[in-house]
Amino acid sequence: MKLLLIVTALALLSACAVEPLQAWERGHLARPEMAWEPDSLRASQRDHVYFSKEASSGGASVGGGGCGCN
Amino acid sequence: MWRSACLALGLLVVMMPRSEALTVGDKAVDFSSPELGTDTPITLTDFRGQVVYLDFWASWCGPCRVSLPAMDVMYRELKDQGFTVLAVNLDADVADAQKFLLSRPVSYPLIYDAEQSLPKLYAVKGMPTAYILDRTGVVRDVHEGFRLGDESRIKHIIEALLAEEES
Repeated sequence: MKLLLIVTALALLSACAVEPLQAWERGHLARPEMAWEPDSLRASQRDHVYFSKEASSGGASVGGGGCGCN
Repeated sequence: MWRSACLALGLLVVMMPRSEALTVGDKAVDFSSPELGTDTPITLTDFRGQVVYLDFWASWCGPCRVSLPAMDVMYRELKDQGFTVLAVNLDADVADAQKFLLSRPVSYPLIYDAEQSLPKLYAVKGMPTAYILDRTGVVRDVHEGFRLGDESRIKHIIEALLAEEES
């Protein structure tokens, strides 16, 4: 009974419907329009304005210790 | 309790999908695929007796912009000593590859794998991945990724393999 329970639990845990994307299937994901931030320069400028105003350096994955010098 | 847990774990291991990546010491899996842009088949066994740099690449892969021109330089330098590059393109659309090659032309043989079956066969883990085969068709090195400067390491391996006698 215990064995059945363990096997069922493990089988359920491994029942993933989504196949992981293979390395060679990432062509569409690599397109520039698929990027989280299509314009990296504009994104970093916007980030800089944001953390300067909010005094939250590092909050938006920006490096720095909050000295205001970055 | 322990016995059943071990049994369940064993079952899980058996049930897990496995893709056996080709590693150093394995014989390279033979294939025959059309040349990029034509229908002429290119067969791996035709290159037996040569040191082969079997490269998997795609136009969207960033490091491939560095690796293709770098390997072309090496190919031109060492081809007379029995070295060749076989570059397998894995683009979904062959036009993307052709556009890429317009700005970075290469002189070595290019293969287009429309079904993307070869990377499955070799269990490629990242892009680009290259398998360096010796003159007998055995994998002697696997190079994953590509950075500027990697070519000196690769050249060192290839020159050592070129110096080996075919047994």
